[in-house]
Amino acid sequence: MNARWLIPALWPGLALAQGFAGLGTDSEGYATPTPDSEFTFPADHGAHPGFRIEWWYVTATLEAADGTPMGAQWTLFRTAMAPGGAAEAQVWMGHAAVTTPDEHYVSERLSRGGLGTAGVETEPFDAWIDEWRMWGPSFDDLRLAASAPDFAYDLSLEAQGPLIFHGEDGYSVKSSEGQASYYYSQPAYAVEGTVTLPEGRVEVTGEAWLDREWSSQPLSENQEGWDWFSLSLGEAKVMGFRLRGTEGGSYTSATWIEDGATAYPDGAFTAEPLATATVAEREIPVRWRVTLPDRGLDVEVEALNPQAWMSTSFPYWEGPVSVTGSHEGRGYLEMTGYE
Amino acid sequence: MLRVEGVEKSYPGAEGPVPVLRGVDLALARGETLALTGESGSGKSTLLHLTGGLETPDAGRILIGDENVGTLSDRGRARLRRETVGVIFQQFNLIPSLDVASNIAFQARLAGRHDPERTRELAEGLGLSPHLAKYPEQLSGGQQQRVAIARALAARPALVLADEPTGNLDETTAETVLAAMLTLVRESGAALLMVTHSDRLASAMERRLHLEKGVIA
Amino acid sequence: MTREGLRALLSHWRRNPLQAFTLVAGLALATALWSGVQAINAEARASYDAAAATLGEGRFAQIVDSDGGEIPMDTFVELRRSGWLASPVIEGRLNGVRIVGLDPLTAPGGLGPVNLDSGTEVGTFLGGEGQVFGQTEALDAIGDLGPERVADPDVAPMTVVTDISVARELLGRDGANRLILSPDQPMGRPELSEIAPGLSLRPAQGGTDVARLTDSFHLNLTAFGFLSFAVGLFIVHGAIGLAFEQRRPMVRTLRAVGMPLNRLVWLMAVELLGISLLAGLIGVALGYVIAAALLPDVAATLSGLYGAQVSGTLELRPVWWLAGLGISVLGTAAASTAALRDIARMPILASARPRAWAMRQAGGRWLRIGGAAGLVALAAVLVAVTEGLAPSFAALGALLVGAALALPLVLDACLALAARGARSAQAEWFWADTRQQLPGLSLALMALLLAMAANVGVSTMVSSFRLTFTGFLDQRLAAELYVTAEDEAQAERITEVLSPEVRAILPVQWVERDVAGLPAEIYGNRDDATYRENWVFLEAREGAWETVFAGEGAVINEQLYRRAGLSLGDEIAVGPGTRLPVVGVVGDYGNPIGQVIVAEPLFQRLYPEVTAQRYGLRTDRPQEIRDLLREDLGLPEGQIVDQSSIKAFSLQVFERTFTVTGALNVLTLTVAGFAILMSLLTLAALRLPQLAPVWALGLTRKRLGGLEMIRAVMLALLTTLAALPLGLALAWILLARVNVAAFGWRLPMYLFPADYAVLAGFAVLAATLAALWPARRLARTPPGELLKVFSNER
Repeated sequence: MNARWLIPALWPGLALAQGFAGLGTDSEGYATPTPDSEFTFPADHGAHPGFRIEWWYVTATLEAADGTPMGAQWTLFRTAMAPGGAAEAQVWMGHAAVTTPDEHYVSERLSRGGLGTAGVETEPFDAWIDEWRMWGPSFDDLRLAASAPDFAYDLSLEAQGPLIFHGEDGYSVKSSEGQASYYYSQPAYAVEGTVTLPEGRVEVTGEAWLDREWSSQPLSENQEGWDWFSLSLGEAKVMGFRLRGTEGGSYTSATWIEDGATAYPDGAFTAEPLATATVAEREIPVRWRVTLPDRGLDVEVEALNPQAWMSTSFPYWEGPVSVTGSHEGRGYLEMTGYE
Repeated sequence: MLRVEGVEKSYPGAEGPVPVLRGVDLALARGETLALTGESGSGKSTLLHLTGGLETPDAGRILIGDENVGTLSDRGRARLRRETVGVIFQQFNLIPSLDVASNIAFQARLAGRHDPERTRELAEGLGLSPHLAKYPEQLSGGQQQRVAIARALAARPALVLADEPTGNLDETTAETVLAAMLTLVRESGAALLMVTHSDRLASAMERRLHLEKGVIA
Repeated sequence: MTREGLRALLSHWRRNPLQAFTLVAGLALATALWSGVQAINAEARASYDAAAATLGEGRFAQIVDSDGGEIPMDTFVELRRSGWLASPVIEGRLNGVRIVGLDPLTAPGGLGPVNLDSGTEVGTFLGGEGQVFGQTEALDAIGDLGPERVADPDVAPMTVVTDISVARELLGRDGANRLILSPDQPMGRPELSEIAPGLSLRPAQGGTDVARLTDSFHLNLTAFGFLSFAVGLFIVHGAIGLAFEQRRPMVRTLRAVGMPLNRLVWLMAVELLGISLLAGLIGVALGYVIAAALLPDVAATLSGLYGAQVSGTLELRPVWWLAGLGISVLGTAAASTAALRDIARMPILASARPRAWAMRQAGGRWLRIGGAAGLVALAAVLVAVTEGLAPSFAALGALLVGAALALPLVLDACLALAARGARSAQAEWFWADTRQQLPGLSLALMALLLAMAANVGVSTMVSSFRLTFTGFLDQRLAAELYVTAEDEAQAERITEVLSPEVRAILPVQWVERDVAGLPAEIYGNRDDATYRENWVFLEAREGAWETVFAGEGAVINEQLYRRAGLSLGDEIAVGPGTRLPVVGVVGDYGNPIGQVIVAEPLFQRLYPEVTAQRYGLRTDRPQEIRDLLREDLGLPEGQIVDQSSIKAFSLQVFERTFTVTGALNVLTLTVAGFAILMSLLTLAALRLPQLAPVWALGLTRKRLGGLEMIRAVMLALLTTLAALPLGLALAWILLARVNVAAFGWRLPMYLFPADYAVLAGFAVLAATLAALWPARRLARTPPGELLKVFSNER
């Protein structure tokens, strides 16, 4: 037995309802997000064990000294096996990855709660699973480290602007039926540090995007997966996602970040696959047309490495992208639910 | 039917090859009977074995019908023995673990020509009918040789080869066995080549050749 | 044509049922012993594998406490947080069941055989009351402790697997016994000593501990199975060879009437394949019966000697029944290749000479002398210069085969000597005829030699062991009474009440710990004359007990001494931060693992949590003390055991341990007896031409039959005499070499002449029984049959 069995049970947010029954009732006993709630920091940077699932999600677009583009990912997931918020009832999962134009390195960690092998503290900030760690004196000044048999990285992150709250002040609706999560980001960290690959250690610089999200029932049961974009376009940044329904329809949402944040409701943001690649024996879109007509955005988004497949217990695609068209830039793309 | 032309055969001996046949010629027509006489060591049994494809000649040709026995493969010679030739040895050469009926039918079965009626006729003609369920060891020498004769004839061979067929039998038995054999061979229209050192036996044949020191005298 | 040919070939067996029986029975017996042993081995291995899968033993590198103690969970967390991908394992025993607690989230092998496929079960496994997985037997034994009990046939016998949180609860423990390491470790990890200086790394091993430990036992069984198979092959080789020789006339006739040679050889091969498959099936079925009958004893042996748990019930595993069929076919092929090759090369008009064939079997006199001398020399060299299990077994094998090759030569020499002393014509004929018959019987006699030598060797070993063991029990079980308290309160009361009544109260208290990297038990013994007076050291320093009771030394058992390669004076860790020199070594034959004896005060200081609940009582009035315990303290009868019952029980365990060996011995001897019977029967038919002239010259058939009997018995006796020194050599290798490697102790060798006499009696009996039938047949041969020899040239 490996940890694979955990996934459908513990990560409904990622499992995306593929044949997973009872999503509607599973949130019973857990707290649910409500509109008009206020965040308190730094407490809300920490865990919310009363909610069923939660994550700390960093993606970084990097550049080596010789100009080679790269990407790095660091994620800590928390899920509760039972309502009530007891530390022993939590299971933690970490994902780390480094993407280069030719290679994609992945690693995964699992841990039970209550022992001390994984957790999150807020003052000073410290989120960890095993030796993987994101920590620093404040949320604006962090260090990020992970290692695996074939790669490692150690990056410092310095915030260049304020936190951004998606949807209605951080209440992010995920379907027309009302499923929602709490969702905020730090979209602009300046990054500096080193990435270690089998060939050796590389100095890197770049920028990173951090997502914080928690909920108990984030998706509707007839949604099969999502495509999530975070793009950095010079002065502006945009976050947009498309939740794909099992019957072909989709639900989109976006936040435009330029001197503050503007949230866009369903339909304003579009994403349309232009080309696919065969990845892990399935067809995955690796070139997209992405638009937000209200902001004159009409760009092509292309994967740096189409094979950026996260071969973790629950597999998905996550990797750096380049942007051309009405705007130029870089970003990260995450795609789940492709079978 | 049978033509033997210039056949030579020698066996390895202590001081080099010992010639046994030194160029033998003979012919035998369909339905004809021929006695081959000679002293012990004159090569008459060797000639018979060569004719039956049990051994191969060093030189010369042995033709049965159109087939040259000497150039046939092992497989071909086995087919020849099965289908064309019936051999009767001095020792009876029955299969000890099969009963008389099975022994009689054996070669015909191998050749794919088994005919129960024929087997019955032969058994009757040779006085074996009461013994069909017995095993060879339960029969007298004369009876065993009759079984061997029946077996050789059951497959309706074109050529019957007999090597001292009565050599192991007393005189009276020999007479009756020989008579039965000749009758049945004539009935079937086969040619008969019989090796014997007995003048009396030889005189019952239509023709007679004498072999001396490996050549026809 | 194929059908006719096959019919003719098979008709031979119908007319010679005895020969057919010999062939099938010989092959089936050989296959039965072989596949029976294989079945036992396969069952045991499956159990070890299940254990290995359950416990992750051997497959992964491990981190253990250098002193054999527990690893606190905080240390585990520290290791994980510094990049050591380790996973805790908590183990212990409860109600005789091994509890294994694992962390499914970090364990590199997961939960081993336990399969949780539905997500809903995971929550139950990890949290709440939890779950325990095990075979029904183990679940029943453990009882209802709270966690849900889930039957899982793949978990090792008498073991349950559960989450670490449940194991901690059940065993009342905090830390882990060991940490297993994932094979994929991240880069940039600090040294282990930087994070946890008290821990040490144990690299992954090729196999499991228990599999390596028990290898010797299985090798032993396999050797026996192979010996039996070899003996069986003698029979098969003889039967096939004779059958082929007898069928030469048939082959000649078949070819004369037109059956091609290729087809004939092919048909004979098919015939043999059919026979070997049939015999193989019978053999495998018999093997199953043997294995099923022996397995409970094997399981008891393995648990008694090695502490390995093996399921007591046999499963029909393809691995051994296919192997059984395979070895039957291969054995037949080996035994018949020469015969088939002869047929293929045989001139068409060649005649059969079965007797000559039988005599030729023994041929190659000089080859034999050379082979025998070479093999015996090889055995001597192996014994002289090597150590360890594999070379010891190789030496055994070389010695046995060499001796078997030499046997006909030795027997022939004996017979020649006897012939010189013959006075009467009859005696002269008897000796000459026996010598002439020897080659035909030699295969069967070799089989007898091997079986007898194995019997002598193994019975010497077992009896020597028994003698040593009984002596050991007398030393160790010196106390007259043993009493077990139910709880601490009762224990205190017993001590209080008995102190004035008995000469000494000797508490039995111990902890399980790793010592010198091996599993062991540490005992805290009370200073008492009992130990000085009764225990015999194999090796010791002056005043060893004084040193021990002063808390300045430890006595260890022979197993630990040999396996860990310790010497007197070497220091071993006996507890947290405490190391003591080894001052004495004692023999210990009732225990699979290492033992260390330290003084009671030291023990109590090191392990304050352990209190003795079992006591040995020294007293001259056992019956009175017994009554006192029962009446005044209200102890039930079951809690008081006297010395003699314990001894009886221990001896019973001991006997059980060697039941398997004994049974295999008997079976091997049976096969050898069968070989003699079959050789005599087949020879009898061929010997008429030799016997007929003697009969014609005036010996009665009855007398001839009698002489045949005498001959068989005499040959068996001579063979047995030859087997005696061989068996003793075997016993010596077993005791001095194999035992040391396999069990960790060396035993003194004793001789048991009475036992050997009984064995010789058995051998003679077997030979007599085997000769009886052929002799009777000879005595009753109708004169007509004998006359036929003269009347008809065969």
